[in-house]
Amino acid sequence: MDLLFTFIAKEFKHILRDGKTLLILFGMPIVQIVLFGFALTNEVKDSRIAVLDLSNDVSTQQITQRLDASAYFDVTQHIHSYDEISHVFKEGKIKMVVVFAQNFREELLHTNHNSIQLVADASDPNVASTVTNYASSIISDYVSELNSGQSLPYLIKPEIRMLYNPQQKGAYNFVPGVIAMVLMLVCVLMTSVAVVREKETGTMEILLVSPMRPIVIIISKAIPYLVLGMTIVGVILVLSTTLLDVPIRGSLGLLLGESVLFILTSLAIGLVISNITETQQTAMLASMMGMMLPTILLSGFMFPIENLPVPMQVISNALPARWFFVIVKGVMIKGLGLAGVMRETLILIGMALFFLMVGIARFKERL
Amino acid sequence: MADMTTDIVIDVEKLTKRFGSFTAVDAISFQVHRGEIFGFLGANGAGKTTAMKMLIGISTPTSGRAMVAGYDVLKESERIKENIGYMSQKFSLYEDLSVRENIQFYGGIYGLRKSELAEKSEALIQKLGLQSEANVLVKSLPLGWRQKLSFSIAVLHEPKIVFLDEPTGGVDPITRRQFWDMIYDAAHRGITVFVTTHYMDEAEYCNRVSIMVDGRIDALDSPGALKAQFDAESMNDVFQALARKATRSAD
Repeated sequence: MDLLFTFIAKEFKHILRDGKTLLILFGMPIVQIVLFGFALTNEVKDSRIAVLDLSNDVSTQQITQRLDASAYFDVTQHIHSYDEISHVFKEGKIKMVVVFAQNFREELLHTNHNSIQLVADASDPNVASTVTNYASSIISDYVSELNSGQSLPYLIKPEIRMLYNPQQKGAYNFVPGVIAMVLMLVCVLMTSVAVVREKETGTMEILLVSPMRPIVIIISKAIPYLVLGMTIVGVILVLSTTLLDVPIRGSLGLLLGESVLFILTSLAIGLVISNITETQQTAMLASMMGMMLPTILLSGFMFPIENLPVPMQVISNALPARWFFVIVKGVMIKGLGLAGVMRETLILIGMALFFLMVGIARFKERL
Repeated sequence: MADMTTDIVIDVEKLTKRFGSFTAVDAISFQVHRGEIFGFLGANGAGKTTAMKMLIGISTPTSGRAMVAGYDVLKESERIKENIGYMSQKFSLYEDLSVRENIQFYGGIYGLRKSELAEKSEALIQKLGLQSEANVLVKSLPLGWRQKLSFSIAVLHEPKIVFLDEPTGGVDPITRRQFWDMIYDAAHRGITVFVTTHYMDEAEYCNRVSIMVDGRIDALDSPGALKAQFDAESMNDVFQALARKATRSAD
C-alpha cells in the first residue's frame, strides 16, 4: 500500500511539473467549450431574415411576429416579389427568406392545410439547415396553438418536430463531444506517452527489475490520469451548465460513473499503444491517428453516424467514444437512467476488459 | 542453499537464448563468488546484454539453468528481484524529480521503510557531497554525478548482487576512476558486482573477467592469468586477440 502511494505520488509529480502539458490539458477543454459554445456553434442567433408576404393577413403577420420575436431571428427586410429573393441573398446579410403565398389564411381556413416556403442561403449548409429548422419549429408552435379547440386541425408545412432539443442547440452536441475528445486525449495519449517515456529513458527497465509487480506499476500509472480525467470532466460540466445552459437531466452520479468507465477503457487503450510503440513520437502519432482522429470524425460528434458511408459506420462501432457519446447525450440531455444506456454501457465494459487484458498480457511479456 | 554453494552467488550452466534461428547466447556456463567483481566483456552484439537480462529475470532462457542469489531464474525471478540491484546503460534516473526524490522513490520500490529511507537518503546525499543539490532536479545535474547517484541508488538497499550494464559510458577518466572506487567500496561491503564494460582498463580492475564472442564465453580468468595465457601486454590485447575471431558483425 505504501509502495502504491509512493509510486502514485511520483506520477503526480511528473504530471504537475510538466506545466505546459497541464496548461494545454486544462486550457484546451475550456477554450473548446467557449469556442464551440459561442463562436463555432451551428446555432445562429439573431439571424437576419426577410419576409415575402404576398398575402399579408392575420396569420402571416402573426407568424412573422413570432419569428421576429424569437432570439434566433431578426426580420430586417420585407420584400415584395420573388425576383428580390436572389437579390437579398447576394447582399449576403440575409440568411433566410420566408415566403407566404397569396391568400394564405383563406386557404388555410378552407382546406385546413397550407405551406410556407423557407428559402435559405445554402452556401453555408450548416447555417441553412439550422435556420430552416428553427423556423419550422416556430411555425409548428404557432400551428399547435391555432389548433387548440379545433375539431379539424390545420396543417402548415414544413412540420418538423425534434425531440429534446427542439431548436437544435449546438452545445447539446458539443459538450458530450468535447468530454469524449478530451478524455481520449488525456487518457490514451498522455498515458501511452508517459509509459513510453519511461521505456525511452530506461527507468521502466529498472522498475521491471525491481520487486514491484507489473500490475502495481500499471495501477499506479493509471490512477493519476483517472484523477486528472475526472477533474477535467468536472471543469467541463461546470462550464457547460453555467456558461452554456446545458442541462444535466439525468443522474450526475451515473454520468460520473460512466465517465470513469470510459476513462478506464481509454487508459487500457493507452496501455496497449504503449506496449506496441517504442518512442514517444510513435506513441503520440499512434494515439493521434489511431484514436483521436477517428474519435473526432467518426464517433458522431462532428458528423452524424447515419450520414457516414457504410464502411465508416462499421468502423465507428469499434470506437469507445461513439458509445460514450451516446451515453453522455442520453444521460445529460435526455435524462435517461442506467436502463436507458445499458446496451452502450455493456459495450464499453466489454471494450475496457478486452483492452485491459491485451494490455496487461503484453506488458508482462514484452521484454 | 546447500552449504557447498554458499560462496557462489551466481551459478550458470549452459544458459542459452535463441531468437528464432539466431542464437544470441550459446550455452554459457560460469560461476561468480560472493564479494567478487566480475567483468562481463564482449564486443557489441556478442550477447552480453541478453545474458544479463536472463540473470536479472526480465528475459526467459530458451534452455539451460541459472541460479542467482540462490534462486532459479526460471521459477523464482520475483525472489531474485528482491536480492539484486541493477543499473542500466541509461542511468535511469527521473529527470523531473529531484536528487532526494529519486533516492526516496527507488528506495521505496525496493521496500525500504520510511524511517530507514529518510536516514539512508540523507547519509547518501552527504556521502556524495550533494547537500546543496539535494532538491535540484536531476536534469540539471552533470552526467558524472548522475552516474554516481545512479549506482548509489542501485546499492541503497544493500542487495546481494549488483548488475551494472556498461555503467561508465560517456564519462571522463577521472569520474570513471571515482566510480570504480565506489564499486570497490560496495565489494568490500560484501556486494557482488557483475559489470559489463567496453573499457579494457576497467577490465583490469576486475577480480575475474569473462569474454564473450558470438554468444559463447571464450575466456574466463583473472586479468593477470588471461594476459599470461594470451601472452599479452594488456587486457586490450587479450580482447583484440579474441574478438578478431568473431564471425558475427557488431549489432
